Amino acid sequence: MENVERLLMEHPFFQGLDPRYLKEIAGCAREQTFKAGEFVFREGEMSSQFWLIRHGKVSLEIFVPGRGPITFSTLGAGDVMGWSWTVAPFTKQYDGRALELIRTLTFDAMCIRTKCDEEPKLGYELYKRFSQVIGKRLQATRMQLLDFYGHHD
Amino acid sequence: MDTTISMDASATTLDPMRPLPYRVRSCSRETHDTRTLVLEPPRGQSLAFAPGQFNMLYAFGVGEAPISISGDPLERKALVHTVRAVGATSRAICGAKPGQVLGVRGPFGSPWPVEQITGQDVLIVAGGIGLAPLRPAIYHLLAHRSEYGRIVLMYGARTPQDLLYLKELERWRSRFDLQVEVTVDSASGKDWLGNVGVVTTLIPKANVDIHHAAALVVGPEIMMRFTLIELEKLGIPRERMYVSMERNMKCAIGHCGHCQYGPHFICKDGPVFSYARIQALFKTREV
Repeated sequence: MENVERLLMEHPFFQGLDPRYLKEIAGCAREQTFKAGEFVFREGEMSSQFWLIRHGKVSLEIFVPGRGPITFSTLGAGDVMGWSWTVAPFTKQYDGRALELIRTLTFDAMCIRTKCDEEPKLGYELYKRFSQVIGKRLQATRMQLLDFYGHHD
Repeated sequence: MDTTISMDASATTLDPMRPLPYRVRSCSRETHDTRTLVLEPPRGQSLAFAPGQFNMLYAFGVGEAPISISGDPLERKALVHTVRAVGATSRAICGAKPGQVLGVRGPFGSPWPVEQITGQDVLIVAGGIGLAPLRPAIYHLLAHRSEYGRIVLMYGARTPQDLLYLKELERWRSRFDLQVEVTVDSASGKDWLGNVGVVTTLIPKANVDIHHAAALVVGPEIMMRFTLIELEKLGIPRERMYVSMERNMKCAIGHCGHCQYGPHFICKDGPVFSYARIQALFKTREV
């Protein structure tokens, strides 16, 4: 547990979080590794987990009929992966696949939700952090839609 | 080998309005719409230029276009330009065959401040064909490697097929003294194992000392706008962020006014500006 707590403290996503809360949520996390090519999650699955990436790179993919899997984003060390556990219908919308060996801290979403219900300040803090992640992903998607590199000659 | 670069931004042609005939030595494919041309100067013609400067390339009978110089500033035997075919003139230039003659005026414009930023970490952010005007600066930084701190190149393109200078990127990535991060907007899951996402998503991970860092940025204006926002968040001061601007340059010597940008002429006062100098204009619509 102490090891998980230390790893949580080192991860940018939890930077500045009250150590009391870190201790609280450490019990919902475990260390995990995925081999290159392995799926961390698949489209349509229940969002019962989220991951803090400590090492390696993950591609987020959508399967397009006739074209195969299309990668629309990659995440790496220091990133948090999976926010659909925060909002209904708690379902994965795409695939997450390890591009290389990845090490994660994997969280049980149900456990975290229970902790948040018991301690609303922790819940507020976590939702603020996840909102930032969702906002950044939305902004990045808008930029991709703008065809960022398209009109320079 | 002489490793100094003349920072004299004045045109090397005696009459800056008279194109000189340069012969195309080679025209190689970079992407589906982009070619790199190697041009041989007329006998006795100086090829000195500073990183960031541009030439006016003239496809006879079609038209003239401002094109950044993309070659090595230490290379004195040939001139290198990377051109994307977007209109009649650039299409004609891209279609030039070896042996064909193109008119060249220049070099023109302000250079990257490679001498002022010695001692700094350098973060280079390029989008799309924006890597072309940055390549001479990269050559310069690498030729004078010990004079700079960390050098980080972040480069974004639409797809893996739209990346310029692939072999060179691989060579640069293999160096221990240069961090290269490449990203694309989308890729099929099988043929690309690199980053996917816009180039701005890489910036927070730049390994530079922000108290001693300068940034060189080129790409479409929309990309530069959001890149500058991210660089500000990182903590790099505006005085040490440099951008290369683009407008409809015609005379290239500040006479015709086609490239006016507020009180500046891009061709003469730019194309390279510190962000501090143009920040108000950068946020003004329809300038």
